[in-house]
Amino acid sequence: MTATTGLQVTDLHTTFGSKSRAVHAVRGVTLHVGAGETFVLLGESGSGKSVTARSILRLYGDTAHLGGRVTLGDTELTALSPKAMRSVRGRCIGLVPQDPTAALDPLRTIGSQLVEVLQVHGMQRSKLDARGRARELLELVGIPDPPRVFAARPHELSGGMRQRAVIALAVACEPELLIADEPTTALDVTVQALVLELFLDLQRRTGMALLLVTHDVGVAEELGGRIGVMYAGRLVETGATREVLAEPRHPYTRGLLDSLPRPGIPRGELPVIGGRPPMTGEVEAGCAFAPRCPRAVSSCRETAPELADLGAGRAAACPVVNPVPALTSAVSA
Amino acid sequence: MTALLEAQDISKTFGNGVRAVSSVSLHVGRGETLGIVGESGWGKSTTAKMLLRLLQPDEGVVLFDGADVHRMRGSALRDLRRRMQIVPQNPQTSLNPRLTLQSSLEFNMRAHGIRAVERGRRIPDLLDRVGLDPSYARRYPHQLSGGQLQRAAIARALATGPDVVVCDEAVSALDKSVQAQVLNLLATLQRDLGIAYVFISHDLAVVEHIADRVAVMYLGRVVEQAPADALWKGARHPYTITLLSSTPGLGRERIVLDGELPSPADPPSGCGFRTRCPIAVAACADEWPLLTVRGADHLAACVHHRPQLAPAVTAVPA
Repeated sequence: MTATTGLQVTDLHTTFGSKSRAVHAVRGVTLHVGAGETFVLLGESGSGKSVTARSILRLYGDTAHLGGRVTLGDTELTALSPKAMRSVRGRCIGLVPQDPTAALDPLRTIGSQLVEVLQVHGMQRSKLDARGRARELLELVGIPDPPRVFAARPHELSGGMRQRAVIALAVACEPELLIADEPTTALDVTVQALVLELFLDLQRRTGMALLLVTHDVGVAEELGGRIGVMYAGRLVETGATREVLAEPRHPYTRGLLDSLPRPGIPRGELPVIGGRPPMTGEVEAGCAFAPRCPRAVSSCRETAPELADLGAGRAAACPVVNPVPALTSAVSA
Repeated sequence: MTALLEAQDISKTFGNGVRAVSSVSLHVGRGETLGIVGESGWGKSTTAKMLLRLLQPDEGVVLFDGADVHRMRGSALRDLRRRMQIVPQNPQTSLNPRLTLQSSLEFNMRAHGIRAVERGRRIPDLLDRVGLDPSYARRYPHQLSGGQLQRAAIARALATGPDVVVCDEAVSALDKSVQAQVLNLLATLQRDLGIAYVFISHDLAVVEHIADRVAVMYLGRVVEQAPADALWKGARHPYTITLLSSTPGLGRERIVLDGELPSPADPPSGCGFRTRCPIAVAACADEWPLLTVRGADHLAACVHHRPQLAPAVTAVPA
């Protein structure tokens, strides 16, 4: 796919630390999110999903070494100067981080933070116009009483309202791409539903691309779109979200879905993936999942499989794919 | 009813005027699992602390084997501590970072007068039971992964041979593939050792899996209490119905609530759920409905006998 619109990430590598003790957190991620499309990055802790999102924004500065290419529309982000990159963040790419409390300045009103964003990026020249736009934005994200929230400081708002305020900041400059990193993890389930609906609603109205990072299969299911399942710094499976979740092809995706508690499974008999996920960068030769994989063959321990096209927009990085049968063994390690 | 651990109408108001828990009654039988679900700030952990005698209730009593927990002194109290243990949410902060697992386990046993010979004999067995290699006894917390740490925290709770273990969000911080392993471990331990669990979680799918009976809390009160399968088949409180519909994996059509979560510091008049309840009526503003019988061992606190809620009609594009 030629990426003239939306986000194109090609063979992204992110490495932390010096050469002798390098931690290779992202190991060759390629993905595309078109305008108006949703892409969900699903993975467990240490899988590299957040590092991927933050590498796109180049938030690590000199602490990480980036490889590969990231383009947004016609702009190659990986070639921009740090100064030019600064004008991309917030203007062309919005970020919604996990913890809304840490994302807001506790001493300033929500309104003044919104006005600042609008003025810094030259969206509104006069303060009066910026204030008017800020109120519109609060309304856009479904805040019931915009004048009150405009004048409120973060501690005066509930968690759900704070996250809405952060979303208003992230979309203030009508970015082409919105990156949301675990945006509902800190919220209660009944509030989570409303916030996910807000993302889809904003996307319908503005046509922005949405890249959402989550560990929660339920969130992915809710959002739909396309999905990339990450394990140990690589994408192991991609495809339409609902299809991948309904019929996973990679043994890791299969194992992850099977291990979720659901009705009808007797207590103590959840099918489990033995072992544990590798910690960030802790990977040996071959497929990173091989030590835990019930279907691993000897070649799996030698070379890491690449994502292979399975047709119908699906791909998996496993040489023994085709429909993977459900795990039957419930013996815990 | 021969409950091992029982709370009768316990309440707690903190100094800042927040009424965290109001008139909560619960009971757990020997070898049974009681699940407590609800969202953050709804008094689940405060209730747990009162059960464990880590907090004194303002009203009501907690009975363990028929004796008032909060009046115990001396050896009776030490014995209670031995028989009731806790597995907290975050294993990174619940284990002393400067002690090896061996020392952490010994610490707990020594406090309960278990002799050195017996301690040395028990530790490899405990680690083995929770699925850790006995060589891990020499390791420090930072040398273990999250799942291994939570297994160590479980081993520490088991060290004194408890009858009840309170698990306060004990699997919430774990990755899903590891969470399944720990849930299976808890079930195996219960089967082998006959331990009762009070299992606190915000995740209904997890509670559905592990609990025999479930209490649903909202704004410091129990709004529904029932055997687990009765709750999944026929929840009788609108909040429970909404929670069930919001939990992925249970395959229900989602009900979306409007309105803000009320603050426990400034609760609405009457039923605390009425400000978000789609089927609230005028009478709901007057007082919290009492918990009334809806079936065998099934209680709900709602004016509607069989509440019906319509799923959301919002179209989510594929």
